[in-house]
Amino acid sequence: MMLTVNHYIILSAILFSIGAVGVLMRRNPLIMFMSIELMLNAVNLAFVGFSRYLQSIDGQVFVFLILTVAAAEVAVGLAIIVALFRTRQTVNVDEANTLKG
Amino acid sequence: MELIPFYFLAALGVIAALGVVMLRNPVYSALCLAVVFVSLAGLYVLLSAPFLAAAQVMIYAGAILILFVFVIMLLSPGSDPLKEELKWQRPLAVIFGVALVAQLALVIALAVLPPTRGPFTPELIAQIGSTQAVGASLFTDFLLPFEITSLLLLVAIVGVIVLAKKRQ
Repeated sequence: MMLTVNHYIILSAILFSIGAVGVLMRRNPLIMFMSIELMLNAVNLAFVGFSRYLQSIDGQVFVFLILTVAAAEVAVGLAIIVALFRTRQTVNVDEANTLKG
Repeated sequence: MELIPFYFLAALGVIAALGVVMLRNPVYSALCLAVVFVSLAGLYVLLSAPFLAAAQVMIYAGAILILFVFVIMLLSPGSDPLKEELKWQRPLAVIFGVALVAQLALVIALAVLPPTRGPFTPELIAQIGSTQAVGASLFTDFLLPFEITSLLLLVAIVGVIVLAKKRQ
């Protein structure tokens, strides 16, 4: 049995679904954020798998750009979580239910 | 030949990903996330993308994870509360997750992949080097997205400073 692109895509789908379940299930914004990173990584794996299959380098360039966007997103998101904790003294997203908190 | 390392890294990645979602202590979740990142870096090596594997370890396992651990230490939030606002949320999330896997597997099984092949065979990438291949594409075909990404990073820096600043 050969290692095909489908192996990588199915692994990517499994990792993406685990990340999606994590976002739906957990109430801690830090862990929800980690789940979002998990989903981004799953998509990156699909990109690299298709890049190998199609023998094109474009997928790898996309992954490089996604890496940068993820770094920016984490910096801003964690700053928001710290600001939330500073005003509400909790890290439970169910508590953060008012605007202009 | 490649199947044994693939299954090893895939099993490691899936188990660690389940750990990220299931474990109650955020520090353990962060450590599991590190395992996921490193196993994905190994998979990138299998896919003949060693440059991305190095970038993955440096940016994700290095920078992003350090930031996560730093914020966990700063806030020390402890474990999740056992009390739930919505009791049906957890089982429903699991049901939706299983449905999502089934749906994606169905699509992948039914998909007909295009036979078009580009010039970048693994042999060519090994010959000219993965970093050179990605770099040449990044600075010619993808120059505008690359510049926009640098602008995005600038916006992120300014935004983080504004958010972290103490209100007067």
